[in-house]
Amino acid sequence: MSSVMAVARASSVVVEIGGLPIRLHCNDQAFLLQIHERYAGYVSSSDDVSFDFEIELAPPGTESGDEDLSVTCNSGIWLLERGDFRAEWNPATGRGRIQQTINPFSLDSVLRIVHTLLLARKGGFLVHASSAIRNGRAFLFSGVSGAGKTTMARLAPPDAALLTDEISYVTRQDGRYMAIGTPFFGELARVGENIKAPIEAVYLLAKGPENKIEPIEGTAAVRGLMENILFFAKDPEFVKLVFDSACEFAARVPVRRLTFVPNTSVWELIV
Amino acid sequence: MNTSRYVARSNAIAARALGDETMVMSATNSTLFTLNEVASAIWKAADGMTPLDEIIKNKVCSQFEIAPDAALKDAEALVENLAGHGLLLVSHEPITKQGNSCKEPA
Repeated sequence: MSSVMAVARASSVVVEIGGLPIRLHCNDQAFLLQIHERYAGYVSSSDDVSFDFEIELAPPGTESGDEDLSVTCNSGIWLLERGDFRAEWNPATGRGRIQQTINPFSLDSVLRIVHTLLLARKGGFLVHASSAIRNGRAFLFSGVSGAGKTTMARLAPPDAALLTDEISYVTRQDGRYMAIGTPFFGELARVGENIKAPIEAVYLLAKGPENKIEPIEGTAAVRGLMENILFFAKDPEFVKLVFDSACEFAARVPVRRLTFVPNTSVWELIV
Repeated sequence: MNTSRYVARSNAIAARALGDETMVMSATNSTLFTLNEVASAIWKAADGMTPLDEIIKNKVCSQFEIAPDAALKDAEALVENLAGHGLLLVSHEPITKQGNSCKEPA
């Protein structure tokens, strides 16, 4: 039986990102199939899941797209709201509910937020960065929109395994920082490989007339990271966790400025 | 009336000393500040119980070559700035309590 036929009879799909399996229940078979295809490479057959989310689909056109994102915590229940979705999640019970239209980007946003909240407690984070593994080590290329994240991914040589061109997944495991592939993509519109490696360096991107690497240290390194780390909750405790994670990371992993000419020559420096 | 000013670090911040500098982040609007060595000394001493002029005398003038009047003037400007961003609390009375943030149960 093909995996597509299998999902056609299922009422849920398990999406495992960063080693964290989340089961998504939905009565709409077409949407389940969309999830299955959207997260190809990250769909797990595991029954042992960390969290369960029930997805309730609202009719198309019922979203109000201009509402800002709000992520709040009340009595242990997280409430995630934007114009196109509303989600409740109780980390203690492991259960949550998502109300959204049949739009995979809404689910993508919810998953990103859930992972940022979970990673914050473990010293990790999601960061606006493309990343790739080369020679067994991971390299992150971070910057705001237009800085060159997708460009660096496109220019990667054949021996580099692409983890993402948009959102990198950083975890702390046994005192080491690891980068793990994610299905969160940008302009490249391609999911990353679901593999991981220890992080060798983070490069803050800048386009320029020549390829050049310069070290960034101390407060400048932390500031550069914080400008690109994703965190949505305004709760002081979580802001502190993310800030501490950035400080710890910058103390252990080299942060550098990569000024580059957008051609394949830049990858000669990434070894 | 007590003319001394007391300063206390807000609970709604995250801070980390990095070398001689200190990074302070507002937990309410995520604004990031970098304090130099002198400002870091004031920040570290802002316990809510020690008057600002005493902090200047004992932690700034005694360790950095700054005239007391100039140091106090600069410190007051710094305190006003940080207080304006919610990073420091300022009072004419010692500051002993602050509100708690919303916490997810462990």
